Amino acid sequence: MKLKYLLPIAFIALFFSCSTDNDDDAIVNETEDLELIQTIINNNQTIELYNEKGMFETGYNLVSLRIKDNTTDSYIEDATLSWMPMMQMPTMEHSCPKSTISKALGKDTVYEGFIIYQMTNTDASGWSLTLNYTIDGTDYSVTETISVFQYENQNTASFMGSDDTKYILALIEPKDPSIAVNEMKVGLFKMENMMTFPVVEDYTISLDPRMPGMGNHTSPNNTDLTYNNADNFYYGDLSLTMTGYWKLNLKLMNAVDSVLKGEDVTDENEASSLYLELEF
Amino acid sequence: MKMLITVILCLLLSSLGYAQDNNKETKKDTTKLKEVLVLSRRKLSNHRQEKTLSSIDDYLEKSNKVTMIKRGNYAWEPTINNMTSERLLVTIDGIQIFGACTDKMDPITSYVDVSNLEKVTIGSGQEGTENGHSIGGGIDLKLPSSKFNGSGFKSGLDLGYETNGNYKATGLDLEYTGNKFFISADGIYRKSDNYDAGNNEEILYSQFEKYNISLQSGYKFSENQSIDANVIYDKATDVGYPALPMDVSLAEALIASLTHYYKPEDKALKSLETKLYFNTITHIMDDTKRPVVAIRMDMPGWSDTYGFYSKANVVKNKHHFTFNFNGFYNKSLAEMTMFSNNPDEPDMFMYTWPDIRTLYSGIFIKDDFHFSAHETLSSSIRLGYHNNKIAKEVGVQSLEIFHDTVDEQNNRFLVSLASTYQLKKENYNLSFGLGYGERAPSVSEGYGFFLFNSFDNYDYIGNPNLKDEKALEANFSFKQKFNDFEIGLESSYFHIMDYIIGEIAPDVSSMTIGANGVRVYTALDHASIFNTYVNSSYKISERFAINGTVGYNYGKGNDGENLPLIKPFSYFAEFNYNTPKFNAALQLDGNGNQSNYSSKYGENETADYAILNLNLGNVFHNKLGKTVLKYGIENILDTKYSTYADWNNFPRQGRNFYMNLSFVFP
Repeated sequence: MKLKYLLPIAFIALFFSCSTDNDDDAIVNETEDLELIQTIINNNQTIELYNEKGMFETGYNLVSLRIKDNTTDSYIEDATLSWMPMMQMPTMEHSCPKSTISKALGKDTVYEGFIIYQMTNTDASGWSLTLNYTIDGTDYSVTETISVFQYENQNTASFMGSDDTKYILALIEPKDPSIAVNEMKVGLFKMENMMTFPVVEDYTISLDPRMPGMGNHTSPNNTDLTYNNADNFYYGDLSLTMTGYWKLNLKLMNAVDSVLKGEDVTDENEASSLYLELEF
Repeated sequence: MKMLITVILCLLLSSLGYAQDNNKETKKDTTKLKEVLVLSRRKLSNHRQEKTLSSIDDYLEKSNKVTMIKRGNYAWEPTINNMTSERLLVTIDGIQIFGACTDKMDPITSYVDVSNLEKVTIGSGQEGTENGHSIGGGIDLKLPSSKFNGSGFKSGLDLGYETNGNYKATGLDLEYTGNKFFISADGIYRKSDNYDAGNNEEILYSQFEKYNISLQSGYKFSENQSIDANVIYDKATDVGYPALPMDVSLAEALIASLTHYYKPEDKALKSLETKLYFNTITHIMDDTKRPVVAIRMDMPGWSDTYGFYSKANVVKNKHHFTFNFNGFYNKSLAEMTMFSNNPDEPDMFMYTWPDIRTLYSGIFIKDDFHFSAHETLSSSIRLGYHNNKIAKEVGVQSLEIFHDTVDEQNNRFLVSLASTYQLKKENYNLSFGLGYGERAPSVSEGYGFFLFNSFDNYDYIGNPNLKDEKALEANFSFKQKFNDFEIGLESSYFHIMDYIIGEIAPDVSSMTIGANGVRVYTALDHASIFNTYVNSSYKISERFAINGTVGYNYGKGNDGENLPLIKPFSYFAEFNYNTPKFNAALQLDGNGNQSNYSSKYGENETADYAILNLNLGNVFHNKLGKTVLKYGIENILDTKYSTYADWNNFPRQGRNFYMNLSFVFP
């Protein structure tokens, strides 16, 4: 009985004692699984932007950043950062939903945050990114043009609700869907003004996944997405019965359950006006 | 139920207890199987065999106990006691083999041909559990036994032609038999175009083409030891299934076995037979020949099985014991890819059988106790361990969409018990038996994923949490002879508990475009199946005989609903004329109106029908050898009909003239 508890502890101890020995290697590998999107040179610093694909695309982008001191050729471990993505339109400019930037969990030189690009130009142009950061009490700022490519599917939706508010909805999970009950995670933001996109809390998003290519086949045991105040995202169960193209028909309801956007899918109504797309 | 098990166990134990009797009288093997069909083409005197080149399906259909479910003109599915594949055990000489088609388009009987076999043994209910567990019964397709009689070189040629469907069949066999060594090879080729139903209505997609080759060789080490290797390769292409939305472009099987025989002399152990085997099946469904489909799809399936058995016969005093220790490992995988009509959308893919591994091992013991000159008490027990494993993680995950808990592995312990009392007198036979059996769910029932059943137009989802299906069985048979008149009655009753069947899952959307919905496999608390047949024959003279059979079947679930695929009232009558060189038979075959159909499972009322057949045969002897000519007309009146066992009521063959010519060169 006691051995049952002792053994895992012993293994954990062994594991950690080993891993501390390898700390030097770990620093080198902190962006190992990531692809470089772009480097931004700002005099004495070089800022490296990474994500899994090595490019910005419309929708949810989880971005990792590093700041290199060009004189010492080392990475800064104690900077504070913030950012401001901006889309330049012919008559105006606007930003998009984004998170704050914080140190990536368990890493020394990598900072992390997300940006949700709700749109882009067909040639990936239009967006710029301003980075403001502080190192040892000195403030720095740099603005650089970035390329945001159109994602192949509708993984984000920006729409006007019946309450005359503009919302932005973005699919975050499943990133790697399988024939299973997948955890679905979306972010829901409100466009307060051109620059401010706060999280919308405590709404409900009903889910009806369909395969238009299979006579609008749907899957059982899906659940509506509900708000999780721990990380400010919405979660629900998404059943996918086969690979292929899925249209995730959604309906957005506010805290008192009145529908702000979207319709039920019926024999007559093939799809909701609010939907996200998924292919795997 | 427990009481019945106790009773059977007591019977079994008491008969074993008798083994202590010091009775010197030894008896030869007098075990009689319930029904033995001799299928060998070499045994041409068998009158049941109207065509020397009939398929196994045709042969099986002649048996009282067996009805063939037809989805086309090829690969019919045998049923015994109104129970289909999942409740039966079909083996090839003890070899476990499982079809690779999720839609039952490839019953095991479609992978062998008459040329491969010597006979077929059919055991009804728990009498069919020598090779494994079943509820309805077992069919064992026996391979030819080794021969070391030094008969030398022998060959045979068969040619067959049938007008309906322009059906051609050719068979060739070569054989050399020495005193220590034998080798035989045979091949058969069959090809049919679309056949015509009554009134010359062409049934589209009823064509097929197949060939089968087999090679068998044996070597005798000593007087009591020999070894035998057997390989069968069977390949069917371009098989149409008029009753289904898809056809088959390839059904291919390789079946190989190696058997060691040991026959000691003057010992209680009469024979010890050990076999190692493997078989692999590839089955590819195809819809490219169908001009209009909702969506194009590929549905390949694979089934590989490895196994062994070791079987001993021991005769001690008045007891004849059969021991059989066997085991197998099967891997069943099937997948479906659908090609979207919208070229921008990716292909859709799913595992319909997510790589299910089945491991079984079990032991069977049977005792035939001949406790008096006329009486035998046969008791048998089979105990088995059955394990299923979902090898693909996506299989577990996909089933979790429908079930709260899906275990990657599932272990079962299965029991079969049977006891039969037989009385054989000169003028009458009587037997009475009781049995209890269990079976594990089939791969489709346990793990199938969106398997479309065109019969009831539902998609089926497997249920890995099904309980074992259990059956209590009672059977009775009686035969009385009055001079030239013989009358017999055979009857079986099954009380099946946790009867596995699909139940509609409301609000679940079908995958198949146009299907009515989804059914998930679940179990009825209990169901009852009953059948009874009365057979009679009268020998008018040395050359003339008539025989007839009438049958009644019944099947209902505890919910009061009829079970599907229960045979309606049936009758068969035959008038025979036989001389050593010529035979003729006129047959009347019919079913009553299927009034107790199961609308819940997609059946509708199938009208009554009757057809007339005429079969003729001649035997010629000449210098080169023997020539056998079989010819006749099936469905003489060109009746357009379908039976309860025809999938979606598609009509059977209209009038057909056939001719089979066989040459046997000694």
